[in-house]
Amino acid sequence: MNVHLILFLAFGVVCVAGAINLLAQTHPINSALSLIAVMAALAGEYLLLGAEFVAAVQVIVYAGAIMVLFVFTIMLLNAGVEERTQGSRVAILFGVPGMLLGSILMAWVVLRHSGTESVAVGALPGDPKTIGQLLFHEFLLPFEITSVLILIAIMGAVVLAGKPAVNKPASSPQLSPEKRVN
Amino acid sequence: MVPLSYYLVLSGFLFACGVVAFLIKRNIITIFMSIELMLNGVNLSFVAFAAHWHALAGQVFVFFVMVVAAAEAAVGLAIIIAVYRTRETLNIDQVNLLKL
Repeated sequence: MNVHLILFLAFGVVCVAGAINLLAQTHPINSALSLIAVMAALAGEYLLLGAEFVAAVQVIVYAGAIMVLFVFTIMLLNAGVEERTQGSRVAILFGVPGMLLGSILMAWVVLRHSGTESVAVGALPGDPKTIGQLLFHEFLLPFEITSVLILIAIMGAVVLAGKPAVNKPASSPQLSPEKRVN
Repeated sequence: MVPLSYYLVLSGFLFACGVVAFLIKRNIITIFMSIELMLNGVNLSFVAFAAHWHALAGQVFVFFVMVVAAAEAAVGLAIIIAVYRTRETLNIDQVNLLKL
């Protein structure tokens, strides 16, 4: 039992507990908070693998930006406790044993048939300089394409979530500013 | 020293949890979060394989997965808001038409 294994197990237990908690909770805000815990613990696993920059981006982008978006939407829509229906009960009845069986089988195959070579701490230098050079030389075209994707996503989000075209005429009392002042 | 297979088992477990949550949850937002959980599980195996094969490209792919996840979250949550405006529900059983 070295320090590396102990750290891996500590972060892994947080990951597993968070993922199971996401399943068990009925309120979306609790699920969102447990997902944040999973992402923070995954950042620790990335640090153990030597991917420092990925770990930082994981915390900033995933646990920060994306989850803030989720929590904001939950607050905005005032989401309450979800009700269980017939379909989800059947899914629990058949899905959970199926998942357990599948996971055990997959874990057995992976543990049995993969080599026993270990991954050392910081096996690969994942510092920002190396990543940036790779990103702007070899992966320049995909990088530029993702910027177009982000632009399209921004426009799509604005169009979808923006104010819907109201059927009321433009001179309705709520919309005219001079009446709002009075 | 941690074997590669431990990382793979952890990432497979996270992915399986995401699949189960996707199937049994009835709230659209929670279903959406389970997709993020699946993407995180895949990211972990990307980074583990990158360290194992000494190929830094695996870590670059993680960034692309994150970009796609961010775009998907933005558009998906906008769709959820649009659905909630017209249906006034977040229950997936009551959202059974493709049109708003």
